[in-house]
Amino acid sequence: MRFDGTKDYVATDDLKVAVNAAVTLRRPLLVKGEPGTGKTVLAYEIAKATGAPLIEWNVKSTTKAHQGLYEYDAVARLRDGQLGDERVHDISNYIRKGKLWEAFTSPELPVLLIDEIDKADIEFPNDLLQELDRMEFHVYETKETIKAAERPIVVITSNNEKELPDAFLRRCFFHYIKFPDRQTMQEIINVHFPDIQGILVKKAMDIFYDVRDVPGLKKKPSTSELLDWLKLLLAEDMPLDVLQSQDPSKAIPPLHGALLKNEQDVMLFERLAFMAKREAR
Amino acid sequence: MFFNFMDELRAAGITASLKEHLVLLEALDKEVIQRSPEEFYYLSRATFVKDEGLLDRFDQVFSKVFKGIATSYGTQEEEIPLDWLKAVAEKYLTEEEMAEVKKLGSWDEIMETLKERLAEQEKRHEGGSKWIGTGGTSPYGNSGYNPEGVRIGGEGGQKKAVKVWDKREFQNLDHTKQLGTRNIKVALRRLRRFAREGSADELDINSTINGTAKQGWLDIHMRPERHNAVKLLLFLDVGGSMDPFVKLCEELFSAATTEFKNLEFFYFHNCLYEGVWKDNSRRFSERTNTWDILHKYGHDYKLIFVGDASMSPYEITHPGGSVEHFNEEAGVTWLHRMTNTYPATAWLNPVPEKQWGYSQSVKIIKELMNDRMYPLTLEGLSDAMKELTRKHG
Repeated sequence: MRFDGTKDYVATDDLKVAVNAAVTLRRPLLVKGEPGTGKTVLAYEIAKATGAPLIEWNVKSTTKAHQGLYEYDAVARLRDGQLGDERVHDISNYIRKGKLWEAFTSPELPVLLIDEIDKADIEFPNDLLQELDRMEFHVYETKETIKAAERPIVVITSNNEKELPDAFLRRCFFHYIKFPDRQTMQEIINVHFPDIQGILVKKAMDIFYDVRDVPGLKKKPSTSELLDWLKLLLAEDMPLDVLQSQDPSKAIPPLHGALLKNEQDVMLFERLAFMAKREAR
Repeated sequence: MFFNFMDELRAAGITASLKEHLVLLEALDKEVIQRSPEEFYYLSRATFVKDEGLLDRFDQVFSKVFKGIATSYGTQEEEIPLDWLKAVAEKYLTEEEMAEVKKLGSWDEIMETLKERLAEQEKRHEGGSKWIGTGGTSPYGNSGYNPEGVRIGGEGGQKKAVKVWDKREFQNLDHTKQLGTRNIKVALRRLRRFAREGSADELDINSTINGTAKQGWLDIHMRPERHNAVKLLLFLDVGGSMDPFVKLCEELFSAATTEFKNLEFFYFHNCLYEGVWKDNSRRFSERTNTWDILHKYGHDYKLIFVGDASMSPYEITHPGGSVEHFNEEAGVTWLHRMTNTYPATAWLNPVPEKQWGYSQSVKIIKELMNDRMYPLTLEGLSDAMKELTRKHG
């Protein structure tokens, strides 16, 4: 089983090596990178490439580690006890399986995505150390141990909001998706828009990288924004000369809403346009 | 295998452990990669580096350890067309420079030298007068003689056989973010005091079961979720003798701001007087009256001073002792007021504990704090947190 990117996903050489190492050795792969560079999509694509089902666990600030293992639904049991339901005598009826449990007992070898692990409490990764290392855990209520028959492929993404503990990092392979250079970006665009005009892409990329270079942007547009923007440009059938115009007073790119996601950034661009106009006069 | 590599990594501050080393060997054993130096580089990077800030350092170590093992692969040898080189040189060299260049020999020889140097040269290079690089006086390279940007290497021109790790693409990621705040955060966690406040949105199982058993029918009890309810006042000494400790204080500060929701911070200089400020650039215009702080924040706030406490003793003990302004009341008065209002107080001192004895002002402040001065180390921080969580009568 080797991962070489898919027809919808351009993987750089270093990414391929990291993924293959994680898949072969069955150790978690920790992926970091700017938002919008395809961290989460990577897990989808690994699942697609290996033909494995994907199990997604989206972590939020309130997510607790044990929720990934299982939860005991006490209210349902109380209610059933109230109603005299027979199910009440078997506690296992009220154990709700979490994503890790699902992944460990999946009939096919799954890809488990733990998305944005840094959103959770600082202790969250520590609470999952054993489970991810040994791929097993114990259910106290039913006194059974859930053990993965085959270690699932685990992909973990992080946005760097919190640092992760060393002990956790030691157990992972790590890959930092850096922002794609022009050549890689061109490949990515080709994959997503196979019949797009070359000249349009070139112009759009010029503008895109210019926008990224503007100092002081709150949120730099990234790959996913460029793709959205191209889609919009195509959908609107934007005439090429709008993009080509060298007029400095038009500092705001057309349909900028797809690229600039922050009103301060739009204002910054408007100010730049205003200043350019004044200089031109 | 590769022990040398691991030692070098550790020396460079990348915490490579035996565990990672074994993982690397296991991966090699299972033939995860094809046997090319490039893939080995990627694999070892994915194994050892767990922080993008350290990628650049890793590249340097890799290049140092494996230097000369793989000199050429993948990329072609450099080919410089002779007439192109000639044209460039003739176009941009002044008379004197031409003469100087001629000292090197005929054009053929120059070309030979250039080829040799390209082959010899492993690292990027700037300045100097021999190697190919940027901005130097050597006839080879870029932005030396050819301002219009005909380049050797780099984009657009001929590609030099630069190894991936010698490119050091991650250079500007190093040090862009603070490393090591996690340890501080974990130490600060001791200060957590959970309380249930706010809207009841969590099921209280124990009361529900109790209630149900008592009444005979399902009686659901809800309760508010647990939050960290600790309240913290942080006073930071800035400027002057504190400058060497800026990084340490920044780390502490950034850890504290993410860890505590009820955190108020103020700056002071050397000693606490009647005014403090929240923004260092406007320290003279926007001051907060210390009385206001004493009145506004209740006794349950915990108070932390961060400062080196190194100053002239008069700055603490005498009215008018401050170096910056005339203070009507002595620093000692203000410190007393603070410690009286906030029983849970600690002073964190970034100066190593061994040196405390040499400064009289440190002794005075330590006394004023009732010995609650702690070094700004992880251990000291834990001790301080322990002190702050102690029950204060």
